[in-house]
Amino acid sequence: MSAPAVPLPAERTMRGQVKQGVDRFGGLVEVWLRAHALLVYAFLYIPIVVVVFYSFNGTDQRVMDWEGFSLRWYEYVAENNEVQRYLWNSVIVGLGTAIISTLFGTMAALGLQRVPRFVRLPFDALTYVSVIVPELVIALATLVFFATTIGREGILTNATGITIGFGYHTIIGALTLFNMSLTLLLVRARLSGMDRTHVEASYDLYATPLRTFWQITLPALLPAIVAGFLLSFTFAFDDYLITTFVNGQGTSTLPLYVFGQIKRGVTPATNVIATLMLLVTLTLLVGGQWLLGRYARRSGGGRGLGEGGVAQIVAEGGT
Amino acid sequence: MTAGAPAVEGRPPAPARAGVREGPSRLATTLLVLPAGLWYLFLLILPIGIVMLFSLGNRGETGGYAGGFTFANYEGAFRNPSPFVTSLYLSIAGTVACLLVGLPLAYFIATRAGKRKTLFIILLVVPFWTSFLIRTYSWLILLGRDGLAGWFVDVTGNESFRILGTDAAVLLGLVYGYLPLMVFPLYVTLERMDRTLLDASKDLGAGRWATFRQITLPIALPGLITGSILVFIPMMGEYVIPQILGYGQTFTIGNALVLRFLEFRDWPAGSAQAVGLIFVMFVTISFYLWFTNRGRQVREQSVL
Repeated sequence: MSAPAVPLPAERTMRGQVKQGVDRFGGLVEVWLRAHALLVYAFLYIPIVVVVFYSFNGTDQRVMDWEGFSLRWYEYVAENNEVQRYLWNSVIVGLGTAIISTLFGTMAALGLQRVPRFVRLPFDALTYVSVIVPELVIALATLVFFATTIGREGILTNATGITIGFGYHTIIGALTLFNMSLTLLLVRARLSGMDRTHVEASYDLYATPLRTFWQITLPALLPAIVAGFLLSFTFAFDDYLITTFVNGQGTSTLPLYVFGQIKRGVTPATNVIATLMLLVTLTLLVGGQWLLGRYARRSGGGRGLGEGGVAQIVAEGGT
Repeated sequence: MTAGAPAVEGRPPAPARAGVREGPSRLATTLLVLPAGLWYLFLLILPIGIVMLFSLGNRGETGGYAGGFTFANYEGAFRNPSPFVTSLYLSIAGTVACLLVGLPLAYFIATRAGKRKTLFIILLVVPFWTSFLIRTYSWLILLGRDGLAGWFVDVTGNESFRILGTDAAVLLGLVYGYLPLMVFPLYVTLERMDRTLLDASKDLGAGRWATFRQITLPIALPGLITGSILVFIPMMGEYVIPQILGYGQTFTIGNALVLRFLEFRDWPAGSAQAVGLIFVMFVTISFYLWFTNRGRQVREQSVL
C-alpha cells in the first residue's frame, strides 16, 4: 500500500526543491486515491444494479440470459399468494420489532440518565454486548431458551399443560434485543448532545415534567427515535438468521423464502422479490432521511441517518 | 419526564442544578428502564447461561438436552477444530482485506471529498442497510457460470475453473458485506485529524511514506482497531455468506452450528461450539478494552 498524500500539492508550497523532490509521486497518489474510491463504490453498487436489472428479464431459462425487457416476472410474483404471505409475515415482524424496540429503547435511554452507577455500568455493558454479539449466537441461544421454557416439551407445558410455542412473538422477541439496544444508543447519543438550557427554562416556567417531555425533550429526540424505528424495521424485515431459528408454523418471512429459492436454484422471480425487498428498505431509509432533513431544517441542527449512524456511534463510544 | 424536578408551588423555582438532582420519582425511572432490563435478562443473559449449562450436558435420545455433567462436548469440539480454524482464517483474512480496501477509501473521504463528504458516507451506508441476504445473493449471479467464472472459462478454456464454492468467493462476500463497518470508524478518526500535523511533517522533510507511517497511521489506529473488531466478530459467526457463496463447502463455525442446532438437534455439542465462539468474542473485546484504556492512560499522562 502506498502512502496517502499530504494535503497541499507540491507545486503550491513555496519551500524549494527538497519538497518538490520528496513529493514527486504526488499526482500519482491523487489519481490512485480517486480511482480506488471509484472502484470501491462500483464494487458496492454493481451487484445491486445487476439484481434489479435482471428482474426485468423476459427469459424463462437462465437468469443471466437477457431476452428483452419484460414485466412478466413481476406479474408472476404479484399473482403468487405464497410470496404475499411471506411478505405479510415480514411486515408484521418488521413493524412489531420496530415498535417495541423504539419504545423500550427510548424509555431506557431516558431512564438511564438518572440511575446509579452500579446499575448503569452493567446496563451499558449489556447494551454493547447485544449490539456486537454475532447474530448466530443470539439465534441459537434464544432457540434453546424458548424451546426449554415455552416450547412443546418446555417447562411451561410440563407444569401447566399449556404450550405457547413459536411464532411471531418469538421472532419479534429475539430481534428486539439487537434493535432495542441500537435505538438506545442512537437516542442516548442525541440526548448527550442536547441543549439542556431549554429543559431548565421549561422548569423555570413551571412546566410539569410530562409537559417538558412532550414539548422540549421529545421533539429534540425525534430524529434519533425515527432513525431507530426505521433501522429496526429494515433489520427485522430483512433478517434471515434469527428468524430461521425461532420461527413457528406459518410465520416464515420473505428472507427465508428467498433463501430457500437460492438453495433450490434461482429464477428471474427471485430477482423480482429481491428488487422488491430492496425497494421497501430503500424507500423507508430515503424517505426517513428526507423527513429528518426537513425536520432538522425547521428545528435547526440535528443529524440524520446518513452520517454513519450506528457504526459512528459505536466508533465514537469506543475511541 | 427526563430531567429536572417539578417546580414546587409557592416556592421560587429551585436552581436548575438542584432540580436535576431531585428529578421525577424513583418509580418512574425504574419503569423506564425495566422493559429493556427484562429483555436483557430473559433474551440475553438467561439464554446464554442456558447454552453454557447445556454445553456440559448430554444429548437426549430424540435430540435436545438430557442433563448430566460432562466435558465430552468440549472434547468433541477440540477433536474437530476445523470449522473454527476455517472461520478464524477467513475472518482474519477478511479483516485484513477490509482494512486494505477501507483505509484508502476512508482517507479519501476524510481528506479529499470536500463538501461531498456526507454524500460519500451516505453512499456507503445505503447498501449496508439493504438486505444482507440479497446483497450476498447478487454475487451468486455475478460469480456464477453466467457471470465472471463463465467468462473466465470462455477466455482461458479451463473448463474446471469456478469461483463459487471456494474460499475466495466466501472471502469476497465477507469483504463486500462488512466493508462499511471498517470504513466508518476509520473515517471518524481521520476526519478529526489535525491536518497541520501533515504540513509540519512535510516541512520537516518527511516523505509521503514517512508521514503516513509516523503521523496518519498512529492517528488512525483507534479507528483501525475499532473497525477491525466491528468486522472481525460478525465475520466469525457468519453463516449466510459461506452457505450461499461457498455452497457450504467452506465449512465454517456458522455452518457447523446451524447443522447441530437445526438439523441434528444436538444441543449440548452445539452449545460447546457456541461457547467457543463466545469465548473468541470475549477475548477480542477484552483486547479492545485493554487497548482503548491503555490509549486513555497514555493521553492522560501526556496531558500531565
